[in-house]
Amino acid sequence: MANQKQDSIMSIQNLTKVFKSGLFKPEVTVAVKDVSFEMRPGTILSLVGESGSGKTTIGKLILKLLQPTGGKILYKGKDITAIKDKEGLKEYYRRVQAIFQDPFSSFNPLYRVDRVFDMVFKSFLNEDNKEEKIYKALESVNLNPERILNKFPHQLSGGQLQRLLIARALLLDVDILVADELISMLDASTRIGVLNLLVELCKKNGMSVLFITHDLNLGYYVSDYTLIMYKGRLVERGSTRKVYENPIHPYTKMLFNSVPDIGKMWDRSKEFLPEQVVHDVRKFYKENQGRGFEEVEEEHGVLFSDTY
Amino acid sequence: MAAREFWKRHENLYFALTNKKVLIGISIFTLMILLAIFGPALTPYSYDEFAGEGYLPPSKDHLFGTTLMGKDVFTRTVYGLRSTFAVGFIAGTIATLIGCIIGFLAGYYGKWIDEALMMITNIFLVFPLLALLIILAAYLPYRGIMTISIIVGMTAWPWTARAVRSQTLSIKNQGYVNLSRISGISVFRILREDIAANMFSYVFMVYILQFSGTILAAVGLEFLGLGPTQGVSLGLVMQNAVNWNAIQLGLWWWAILPGLVLTILVVSLYFINTGLDEVFNPRLREM
Ligand SMILES: Nc1ncnc2c1ncn2[C@@H]1O[C@H](COP(=O)(O)OP(=O)(O)OP(=O)(O)O)[C@@H](O)[C@H]1O
Ligand SMILES: [Mg+2]
Repeated sequence: MANQKQDSIMSIQNLTKVFKSGLFKPEVTVAVKDVSFEMRPGTILSLVGESGSGKTTIGKLILKLLQPTGGKILYKGKDITAIKDKEGLKEYYRRVQAIFQDPFSSFNPLYRVDRVFDMVFKSFLNEDNKEEKIYKALESVNLNPERILNKFPHQLSGGQLQRLLIARALLLDVDILVADELISMLDASTRIGVLNLLVELCKKNGMSVLFITHDLNLGYYVSDYTLIMYKGRLVERGSTRKVYENPIHPYTKMLFNSVPDIGKMWDRSKEFLPEQVVHDVRKFYKENQGRGFEEVEEEHGVLFSDTY
Repeated sequence: MAAREFWKRHENLYFALTNKKVLIGISIFTLMILLAIFGPALTPYSYDEFAGEGYLPPSKDHLFGTTLMGKDVFTRTVYGLRSTFAVGFIAGTIATLIGCIIGFLAGYYGKWIDEALMMITNIFLVFPLLALLIILAAYLPYRGIMTISIIVGMTAWPWTARAVRSQTLSIKNQGYVNLSRISGISVFRILREDIAANMFSYVFMVYILQFSGTILAAVGLEFLGLGPTQGVSLGLVMQNAVNWNAIQLGLWWWAILPGLVLTILVVSLYFINTGLDEVFNPRLREM
């Protein structure tokens, strides 16, 4: 474990992304601000946060689908913004892949779903035994190839499309997988299967997974490390056990409080009010003015104030 | 089996050919084209010839009657229809092409290219075009259908550019474009298979709208006396009628019948367009 800690395969350093639109009336959205973390082989890192907190944006920055406004992303020690030529990009995507959040929009409606496999085979894989490999990948996510292949996207359900994307990612033996709301559309029984498969691949092949989710229980179940995002900032980061057992940032505390326990009556006093959170966070930052992101113990860091 | 496979692949064509509005629109439009092509052969007169007595109401010899001086209104209408189709085709194509290119570049590349192109587009959109046209027309004493078409086409593109830009923006941000990018697909293939292919139906509808829009714009110009100095067109026929106070003199056929032909043509395009909207938009189709 100690050894693994050193060889991080991807290093995110002070990453910032600002969206600007309009020349005369500029509208500025700070989607991600000053986020740093490491990804290590054979570990799952879950990225948790409310809607709009910048999770998908981080994933897209890693995938070079967006250009960072500030900060750096190093893959195997090299800055990925330097990768510009066709061959370099291909090489990068051979090792860094994703499963996107919205399965419906991930398929070109004019083509049969097989196209997603054809593309990766053409670019990255040896076409020998192509069909056999596709069948195997589909079966591993509980899909019947006969009933899925040759269909158009609108003929399949969201869950089926999502599993197709998972199968696509499984075909490639990658270093880094960005899994954005990976199992949001799957039913409980398929979920467990897919999650176990992911954990197994990660441990066996030394893959590093960025597991983006809203669901804290899910994060706890799969991940070795946890990142908590709030309004574009990374507010708490650390080993999953430490963050879940000893949350320090008020937003993290609120998150854990608002998870309903099965078998218990819903406690209204625990209900989470957005204004309350904003207020608590502001108070916390004020109390800790001058402090920034600090390590409170080994493998556990907290953002104490956003004005450092 | 083969037939079923064909319709499955060309689902949109199937829905288009079973959509009532599209069918009605296409039928009328085809009739109009046939009229423009064969009409001149059906009439014994030429459009500028004094074909008979003036002031004749519609009859077997003069289907649409005659003008005050005795020109045959039907002959003038079918020749005019030809020019009108030519204007729609040439000006519509020019406007659609310019609009698509500018809109696509702005939407696809974004940043300063977008800002610059949209600035130009907006200037064109609010510029008093009529003034420009009057000046242009004054400097071009001899104007044919081609000149009119080019003038109209060059000024009708801005809204197309804006519409195509927003369409490009929304397609560019679709997940499938991102998926193709991380699948190592070449930019050219992404442009063709993911972006252009998905814009085809949209551009097609834009073209139909431009076709009818430029026809009406040309008629407007002709009505103001800025039309072609050679040849005849629907707008010119109607302008003559109005200049000679046709309605007040009781020659209703001179003004109304060419206007009716024009209206039917534009309405048929409108039918095709709303029908196709249902075809290309599955949510409307289900109703
Ligand atoms: N292309 C874009 N242009 C402008 N603003 C954007 C763009 N993409 C995202 N944003 C903004 O950036 C912020 C973060 O968005 P992001 O998609 O990363 O959120 P998220 O955490 O993934 O949310 P969710 O859980 O709902 O998927 C949001 O406020 C969003 O409106
Ligand atoms: Mg997201």
